Amino acid sequence: MNAFIAIVRRDLLLAARRKSEVFTALFFFMIVASLFPLGIGAETSLLRRIAPGVLWVAALLAAMLSLNRMFAADHQDGTLEQMALSPTPLALLVSGKVFAHWLTSGLPLVLLAPVLGLQFDLSPRSLGILMISLLLGTPLLSLIGAIGAALTLGVRGGGVLLSLLVLPLYIPALIFGAGAVEADMAGLGAGGHLSLLGALLALAAFFAPWAATAALRIALE
Amino acid sequence: MLRAHGLACVRGDRRLFSDVDFSVSAGEWLQVEGANGAGKTSLLRIVAGLAHAEDGHLEWEGQPVDTVRDEFNARLLYLGHAPAIKDDLSALENLRTAAAVAGRPLDEATALAALRRIGLKGREDLPTRVLSQGQKRRVALARLLCSQARLWILDEPFVALDVAAVALLCSILDEHLARGGMLMFTSHQAVQLAGSGASLRLS
Repeated sequence: MNAFIAIVRRDLLLAARRKSEVFTALFFFMIVASLFPLGIGAETSLLRRIAPGVLWVAALLAAMLSLNRMFAADHQDGTLEQMALSPTPLALLVSGKVFAHWLTSGLPLVLLAPVLGLQFDLSPRSLGILMISLLLGTPLLSLIGAIGAALTLGVRGGGVLLSLLVLPLYIPALIFGAGAVEADMAGLGAGGHLSLLGALLALAAFFAPWAATAALRIALE
Repeated sequence: MLRAHGLACVRGDRRLFSDVDFSVSAGEWLQVEGANGAGKTSLLRIVAGLAHAEDGHLEWEGQPVDTVRDEFNARLLYLGHAPAIKDDLSALENLRTAAAVAGRPLDEATALAALRRIGLKGREDLPTRVLSQGQKRRVALARLLCSQARLWILDEPFVALDVAAVALLCSILDEHLARGGMLMFTSHQAVQLAGSGASLRLS
C-alpha cells in the first residue's frame, strides 16, 4: 500500500511540474463545450436537450488527450522496468498510476462541468446529476484508457490507434452518463443509470489494472 | 546463490545465444562479455525477469526463480540502459521516490549522504534535466549506495563515467561483494574488482 501512495504522490508531483499538460486537456474541454452554444444559438430548449450529450462527449475527448502519456514516459526512461521488478505487484502500481491520472485529468473535468453546464441553461438539479455522473464516469474512462494506453505502448503512431481502440469502449459510459441527466430531466429519475455506471466502475476497477498489467509486461519484453 | 542452466534467447528469427550456464555465489561477480548485439542485455533482462528465456531455467537459492519471484525481486537491484530518472524531479526526489515505489522508503539523510558520496554535492535539489549525461548516470548509481539488495544486475554501469567515477564505482562494487553480495554486469572495459569472479563470453 505504501508503494501505491508513493506512486500516486510521484505522478502528482510530476503533473505539478508540468502543469501545461493538465491545463491543455482542461482548456480543450472548456472550448469544445463552449463551441456548441455559440454555433447553435441561444435557443434554450434545444441547448438544454443536447447539453448532457455534448458535455459528456467533450469530457470523454478531453480525458483521452492525456491517455497516451500515461505509460509512455515511464516506458522511455526505464521507470516501468523498475516498477515491474518491484516486490509490490505491478497491478497495484498500475492502479496507482490510473488513480493519479484520474486526479489530474478526470477530477478537474468533474469540477468544471457545472460551470460549463450553465451555458446550456441546465437547472441546478441537472447540474448536480451531471456532476455525479461524471464523478462515476471519469474514473471509468481512466481505467479503460489505461488498457488502451498499455496495449499501444511503444507502437509508432500509437496515439491514433489508441483513440480507435478506446473510443468504442467508452460508449457504455457515455450512454449511461448522459442518459442519467436526460432521464432526470424527463422526470424518470437518474438512479438506474447511475447505478449501472457505478457497477461498470466497480467492474473496471477490478479488472482493468490486471489487463493493463498484462499488456505492459508484453510491451516490456 | 544464482544458477542458470542452458539459457537460450531468440529474437525474431535469430538465435542470440543458447546453452548458457553460469552460477554466482555470495561475494562473487560475473562479467558478461561479447560483441555488440551478442545478447548481453537480453541475458541480463532474462535473469532479472523482464524477458522470457526461450529455453533453460534459473535458480535462486536452489529454487526455480518463477516460484520465488517476489522474494527474488525483493533481493534484486537492476540498473538497465535507461536510467529510470525523471527529468523534472531533483536528484534527491528521484532517489527517494524510486526507493518508495520499490517498497523500500528512504529517509532524507541517507539519500543525501548517498548523493554526496557519488559526487553530486550541491546539486541535490536541481532538476536532473539540467545535469550532464555523466551526472545523470551518477544519480542512477546513487541507488546502489542506498540498496539492501543482495543481487545487483548492472547493464553497462561504467558508460559515460569519468575516471574518478569509475574508481568510485569499483570501490562501491567491492564493498557490495565484501558484504557477501552478488554482482552480474556487462562492460566493454576490463574491470579490476576484488573478490572472486568469472567472465562469461557470449558468441
